[in-house]
Amino acid sequence: MDMAQNGAQNGAENGSDNASAGAPVETDVVIIGAGPVGLFAVFELGLLDIRCHLIDILDKIGGQCAELYPEKPIYDIPGLPVVTGQELTDRLIEQIKPFDPMFHLNERVDELTKTADGRFLLKTDVGRAFLCKVVVIGAGGGSFTPKRPPLEGIEAYEATSVFYSVRRMDDFRGKDILIVGGGDSALDWTLSLQPIANSLTLLHRRDDFRAAPHSVEKMRELVASGQMRLMIGQMTGLDGSDGNLAGVTVKTKEGEERLPINRVLPFFGLTMKLGPIANWGLNLEENLIPVDTEKFETSEKGIFAIGDINTYPGKLKLILSGFHEGALMAQQAHRYIYPDKKLLFQYTTSSSNLQKKLGVK
Amino acid sequence: MAKITFIQPDGTRQIVNATVGQTVMEAAKLSDVPGIEAECGGACACATCHVYVADGWREKTGSPSEMEEDMLDFAFDVREESRLSCQIKVTDELDGLIVQVPAKQF
Repeated sequence: MDMAQNGAQNGAENGSDNASAGAPVETDVVIIGAGPVGLFAVFELGLLDIRCHLIDILDKIGGQCAELYPEKPIYDIPGLPVVTGQELTDRLIEQIKPFDPMFHLNERVDELTKTADGRFLLKTDVGRAFLCKVVVIGAGGGSFTPKRPPLEGIEAYEATSVFYSVRRMDDFRGKDILIVGGGDSALDWTLSLQPIANSLTLLHRRDDFRAAPHSVEKMRELVASGQMRLMIGQMTGLDGSDGNLAGVTVKTKEGEERLPINRVLPFFGLTMKLGPIANWGLNLEENLIPVDTEKFETSEKGIFAIGDINTYPGKLKLILSGFHEGALMAQQAHRYIYPDKKLLFQYTTSSSNLQKKLGVK
Repeated sequence: MAKITFIQPDGTRQIVNATVGQTVMEAAKLSDVPGIEAECGGACACATCHVYVADGWREKTGSPSEMEEDMLDFAFDVREESRLSCQIKVTDELDGLIVQVPAKQF
């Protein structure tokens, strides 16, 4: 399993529609996070005729289930004695198909503000905007972000000399580049940037690579013909001034060596950080969002938090708890979206109305 | 039952009682050992339960599997004695095990 950083690299092209930087997408509900709990919320909202858009920073649907443990068995989903993270994701996608949710992948919601008419305006990092009546935060452990090597002073070089993804190849043209890692991201960028670099060094902790064998082979050919350097070791320090990197110290079996480097691309996988949610004016408790246990609403009316991201007395971070939270959230969301409609409680087993929505014949 | 000693980067020692069949990571989390984060909950998918196994214990703990080696690529300051503590199962043989917690888990 490779926590490759495609999510951070691909930018916007994977959204399921092409709207960007234009008029806001208008919808009933925006769900932030397309993990299992966000997916099932689509079902519960859909039964109440509420339409959803989902936004996720990953390049795939399924959240942690798909990113961290697609192959690992889960044993505590009611009615499914054993199911893998990917299977559960696939089944949920199947289950919510009748409600035709729109997915926006590779996108992070950066801003959330209230509009004069009482709706919410969300803006993502690719410039897309959404207007909706209800926001559901189902962001799990937060947004997946690239791991930052714990080198002293590295922050000062970020976005000038140290990058965790390549947005523009031109930023690397004619540079002395150090790429760190042994997975597909590291090898792919080694092969893509080597032709335009002044010099390129690949640094990995061992002479064994997780990346696709044909990329590794190509890299070794470039090393053999003297067009790039492969070092086995680890970074120990950075030097430079004013955000401009001048050198990287690397420790190998032979000892420490300082390389003249002005661009570094570390590929150490992803970790979860709360991210922009912290700036939306919501009450937080140790990076979790407190909610009530009747509606799972946050300190802001109309903004709900379900799944691992929320907290309340007795909270258990279980997928099944998140499903329950989504069902109760949907009841309150209905009151906001259809204030004049009476909500009649119905069962999918017997309600012809619900069965029609689900496409049961 | 096995006693496991966790040594922090500042030299602080904490002895933890572990049950046979647990993982070293689980034993650490149950006793709130600082520096063992285990973000993924033990799925060998995050490398935030990285430890250094003390000299003399590496034969008993064994060496990392291929999957664990791959995941160790995501840890920082990986050494020959590096292991992911979620991949070390506690056995009676490991009674007295000493592991060091790295300065940072990333």
